[in-house]
Amino acid sequence: MSYEPPIQRRPRKTFDWSSASIAVAVAVSAVIVYRRDGQARFLEILFSDFSLFIDILPKVLAACLIAAFVAVMMPREVVLRWVGAESGFLGILVATLAGAICPGGPITIFPIAAAFVAIGADTGAAIAFITSWTLLGYARILVWELPFFGGGFVIWRTLISVPLPIVAGLLARLLADLVARRENSR
Amino acid sequence: MIFLVDGLLWVIALVLGVLAAVRSPVLLRDSVKEGVVDCVRLIPRIMLGVIGSGYIAAILPEQVVGHWLGADSGVVGLLIAVFGGAFTPGGPVIGFSVGAAALKGGAGTPQVIAYTIAWALFAVQRLFIWEIPVMPERLVWIRVGASLLLPFLAAGTAMLIGRP
Repeated sequence: MSYEPPIQRRPRKTFDWSSASIAVAVAVSAVIVYRRDGQARFLEILFSDFSLFIDILPKVLAACLIAAFVAVMMPREVVLRWVGAESGFLGILVATLAGAICPGGPITIFPIAAAFVAIGADTGAAIAFITSWTLLGYARILVWELPFFGGGFVIWRTLISVPLPIVAGLLARLLADLVARRENSR
Repeated sequence: MIFLVDGLLWVIALVLGVLAAVRSPVLLRDSVKEGVVDCVRLIPRIMLGVIGSGYIAAILPEQVVGHWLGADSGVVGLLIAVFGGAFTPGGPVIGFSVGAAALKGGAGTPQVIAYTIAWALFAVQRLFIWEIPVMPERLVWIRVGASLLLPFLAAGTAMLIGRP
């Protein structure tokens, strides 16, 4: 049986200058905490961070596997039909829903969105998708936001955010039209 | 709750794995390999973001942040929150830990919502590191333009309904 080749993702480096700048911030903060609050507090933070890391790891593995499966099994013609240039308001709704249920991190979401645009997804739909993934994506909410903020805050923050991807998608279409018109009038 | 969530992620992964295996064992093998490699590549970043983020949260001047973003800080507080969100560096953990610390330090929830949404949607560092290299640049700027209003909309809604 044949299958479509996976969406090309750019190889990512494990370490770059953004990671390096965080490493510097972490090191400086750790030294400040050690000198200001002493060794006991320093170790307490270290252990609590480490247990959070152990807790997160299996979720990240599951999310990476889901992303890999989705990337290879996503049928292209479905993309065109549902979120293509002619998809209208429904396209933005579909993209919002897709973003909310699409797992994976920003590193996988941007290349996938770019691939959608390349095979015919509309600007508004692509932006609704990215916005929805960012604000409503379940994996991100559950893996990252919940441990920090707790249930009450996260539930309300999410509910309030539900219309936002649609707003962003519609505004993006307006902006894209404006940009196109300006370029045409030149 | 957390256990349920972990379980759900793995149930989805397993169902997709079975679907892939039905299509072809090669597809399953390649996808699993890619997923595992992706995860392994992410580990250094996650370690960096998680182990040590506690230190960054610990040295944040919580009273100052709480004062700036306090419940009485109003529109100025919202502007500071959105600006701060856009210029907060780092991976997934930094912005959330800053937001959580601000909340503990007495910040108003609409301001914290504005902060986390601004940071999630248009943190400058992420735009340059991840998005501009892979997306058409015009689309990135249209997206940012269309997103600028959203933190204010969310904060306004939170103020109106009085939640969370």
